[in-house]
Amino acid sequence: MSAATNASHAIHAKSAEAKRRRRRPFDWRHNPGFGPFTLLVMLFLYTPLVVLVIFAFNANRLVTIWSGFSFKWFVSVANNGDIRHAAYISVLVGVLATICSTAIAIAAALGFERGGWFRGRGSAIGLVTMPLVVPEIVTAITTLIFFSAIGFHSGVLNLVIAHTVFCIPFAMLPIQARLNTLGAGYEEAARDLYGSEWRIFLRITLPLMSPGIMAGAILAFVTSLDDFLISFMVSSAGSTTLPVYVYGMMRLGVTPEVNAISAVLLVISAALALVAFIISRPSEAATAAAAGTPQTAATL
Amino acid sequence: MRFRTTGFLLLPAVAVIFIFMAIPMLISLTYSFLTANTYGGVTGPLSVGAYIQLLYDQDFDGSLVFMPDYIWIILRSVYLAVFTTILSLAVGFPVAWYIVCQSANRRKVLLTLVTLPFWINTLIRTYCWILILRDEGLINNFLKWTGLITHPLPLLYNQGAILLGLVYTFLPFMVLPIYATLERLDPRLIEAAYDLYANRVQLFRRVVWPLTKPGVAAGTVLVFAPALGAFLQPDLLGGGKQLLIGSLIEMQFTSSRNWPFGAALATLVTLAVVAALVWQNRRGKSVEAQA
Repeated sequence: MSAATNASHAIHAKSAEAKRRRRRPFDWRHNPGFGPFTLLVMLFLYTPLVVLVIFAFNANRLVTIWSGFSFKWFVSVANNGDIRHAAYISVLVGVLATICSTAIAIAAALGFERGGWFRGRGSAIGLVTMPLVVPEIVTAITTLIFFSAIGFHSGVLNLVIAHTVFCIPFAMLPIQARLNTLGAGYEEAARDLYGSEWRIFLRITLPLMSPGIMAGAILAFVTSLDDFLISFMVSSAGSTTLPVYVYGMMRLGVTPEVNAISAVLLVISAALALVAFIISRPSEAATAAAAGTPQTAATL
Repeated sequence: MRFRTTGFLLLPAVAVIFIFMAIPMLISLTYSFLTANTYGGVTGPLSVGAYIQLLYDQDFDGSLVFMPDYIWIILRSVYLAVFTTILSLAVGFPVAWYIVCQSANRRKVLLTLVTLPFWINTLIRTYCWILILRDEGLINNFLKWTGLITHPLPLLYNQGAILLGLVYTFLPFMVLPIYATLERLDPRLIEAAYDLYANRVQLFRRVVWPLTKPGVAAGTVLVFAPALGAFLQPDLLGGGKQLLIGSLIEMQFTSSRNWPFGAALATLVTLAVVAALVWQNRRGKSVEAQA
C-alpha cells in the first residue's frame, strides 16, 4: 500500500516535473538578454540629457572640464536681456497658441468621438493629423511662402498661427483618448433624465473630459515651446523665440551659457510632459467606471 | 437652436489646418514652377527651371551642363533616412517586445521613459551630442585621460554623427507603434505556436512578425519621413559639410534666396512622404485581410 502511494507520488512528482520542463519554453515573456539591451537603450536615451544638465553646473568656462559646482551661468543667462526677451516671446506665443489649439482640439475631439459617422470622416482625420506626418522643414517653408504670398507680416501673430496649426493634433489626442475611455454612457444616462444637450455638455461631458483637456493643453504648450525649425523660418527680427535664439548661440560655439539655458529648457519640457502624463493617466476609479459603461466604437 | 454633438465640431480644426497647411503646400507647389527673384520671393513667368536645376547647371554661355551634385545630396539624404529607419527598427523592436513582456506597472514606467525624450526640444537633444562627441568632448577627454589616444578622434562632423543624432531623435517613433501592435497581440497565438513545436525563431518569423507588420510599417513611416527632411542633426552634428536635403531647402530661403528651387525640393520631400504613407496603408490593409 505504501509502495502504491509512493509510486503515485513518484508519478505525480514526475508529471509535475515534466510539466515544469514543458512549461519553461512556454514562458514567452521570459527573454534573456532583452532586459540588459533595453537598459542600454535607456542609457543611450538619457545619458546625453544628464550630461548636459550636469555640465550646466560646471564652474569652468571650458565646458567639458569639471572644476566645481556653480550657478553662475544660470545667473548670467537670467541677466541677458536678449534671452529674457526671447523667453517672453516664447511664452507669449506658447500661451496664445495653446489657447487657440486647445479650443479647436476640444471641438474636434468631441466631433470625432461623439459625432458619429459622417461622409468624409476619414479624410477629416487624415487632415487633422497631417501636421504629425509632414516633415517640419516642409511645414516651415510652406508657411513662410504662404505668409509672404498673402503679405501677412505681423511678427508674433504669424508665429501664433503657425504654432496653433501644429499644436492641434497634440492637444487633441489626449482629449480624444479621455473621451474614448469614458464612453458615452454618462451622457446617455443624462439624456435619459431629460438633460438638455447644452446642460449635459456643461455638467457631464466637460467636467469628465477636463483631465484630457489639461493634458492636451500642457502638451500643446510644450510642443510650441520646443519648436525650432518652423519658428526659425517664420519669425522676424523682433519675434525671435527662445529656441531660435539658442540656436544662434550654438552656431557660435559651445559655451556654458548655452548649456545653462538648454538645461533650463530641457527640465521645463520634461517636467511639463510628466505632469501631462500623470494627469491623463486614467485613475483606477475612472477605468473601473469606464469598464461598466458601453464603449463607443473607436475607429481611429 | 439646439446644441448637438456632431461631426460639424470638426469644422474649426479642419478649416484651420486646411487654410494654414494644405493651401500653403499648394501655393508652394505653384512657387516651384515660378522664377526666382533676386531679393527672395518669386516672379513670373511659369517655368520648370527649378526642377531642371536639380539635374543641370547653366554654363556661362547659357547651355545646360549635367551636374549630379544635387542628386548626390538627395541620395545621401535618402540613404541616411533608410539607415536611420533600419537601425531604429533593429533597436526599437526588442525594446518594444521587452516592454510588452513586463508587468502593467513596469510597462507604464518604461513607456513613459521611452516617450519622455520626444517632448524635449530636438535642438537641445542634438546639442547634447556635441558635448559628448566634439574634440574636447566627454569621450575624447576620457580616452585622452586613460592615455589610449593623444590626438582627439574625429567623432563629430561626419555622417556617423548625423546617423547617431537621427536614430537618437526618432527612436521613440519606432518603439511606440510597434509596442501598440504587440500589446494587442493575442498571447494564445504564441502559446498555440509553441504547442505546435515552433522554436523562438520560427515563432518570431511566422507568428509575431506578420502580426506586428502594421506597427512596423507605421513606425517606419514615422521615422523615415522626419529623418528625410531633418535639418538640425546634419546642421549641428554634420557641421554643415554634409549637406542634406533639409539643409539644402533651408539654404534656398536664407542664404541662396532661390525660393522656387527650395519649393521644388520641398515638393520632392512631400511626394516621398506621400509614397511612404501609401505604402504603409497597403501594408496595414494586406495584413488585416490575412488576419
